[in-house]
Amino acid sequence: MDYRPFDPAAVPVVPAALKILIAGGFGVGKTTLVGAVSEIRPLRTEEELSDRSIGIDDTTGVAAKTTTTVAMDFGRITLRTDLTLYLFGTPGQERFWFMWDELAYGAIGAVVLADTRRLSDCFAAIDYFEQRLIPFLIAVNHFDDAPGYTGDEIRDALDLDPGTPVVSCDARQRESVKQVLVSLVRHTIAANRSIRERASAG
Amino acid sequence: MSAPKDRWYDRDAGPVVRPYAVTKGRTMPASDSFVGLIDMVIAQDRPLLPAEARLNSEHRRLLAMCRHPGTVVDLASDAGLPVGVVRVLLSDLAAWGAVRVVQSPRGRVIDERLLKDVLDGLQAL
Repeated sequence: MDYRPFDPAAVPVVPAALKILIAGGFGVGKTTLVGAVSEIRPLRTEEELSDRSIGIDDTTGVAAKTTTTVAMDFGRITLRTDLTLYLFGTPGQERFWFMWDELAYGAIGAVVLADTRRLSDCFAAIDYFEQRLIPFLIAVNHFDDAPGYTGDEIRDALDLDPGTPVVSCDARQRESVKQVLVSLVRHTIAANRSIRERASAG
Repeated sequence: MSAPKDRWYDRDAGPVVRPYAVTKGRTMPASDSFVGLIDMVIAQDRPLLPAEARLNSEHRRLLAMCRHPGTVVDLASDAGLPVGVVRVLLSDLAAWGAVRVVQSPRGRVIDERLLKDVLDGLQAL
């Protein structure tokens, strides 16, 4: 008879993997943000903007940026040996929206990165996450020559629900990005609780 | 006349074999089982492959990489293959019983203990 005592150490632990989406307009710093906290170089396919695509990708106000992310853009943070967090940058241009549904499915939530020079670039992402009840926050990325606004001014301009957090960040700084992610996870926990409370209140 | 600057060499020139050639042109997995981007893939211990299993070199390479559990995106990144290609190949391997796919959360993440683990992990970075 083949008998072996049960040895929990022999059972391989399957690590858990979770993801957070990084959305926002073209050139707002999504890849920079992912790179600031990722332990791997963000994996991406970049395509230089051709003359033909200049009309599609409005680069006014982001003159220095000559390439844009057009495909997968992800980073990885190992939180524990059995818990990994992935950050996925959503493709900036609307012609890649077909990829969003899969990226959003099963996500903890989303960071919508905003540039105060071009706030309207966030509208599409905000609409997307609001319609699908995906928890999200607005992270205002600091650009040196961008006008500063208060959180309330930005909330009004974006017509946000009162519960949607607005935080500021520097997408180049690891500590700053870390705080943005912490804020998002807290927001998701709070949003889940309020859904549960509403459900139990009947 | 100087040489054109936009000439690509070696890795920059892209794969010698067109990416979807290794899937025989298939862009969708064979089975209806959907393999998510961060689903965890693990090679089965000494699997008995069915007679119809046809492993090409990329199947074998992925199978070897799956001895340590890894996500689909990590496998694609390490293998230098597009995610779509890796998904098709992994669904073949899963159908033949060579790998096991452990699904990541589908839909809204509501497991508060898991979310708090993420929070603690981020704060400890």
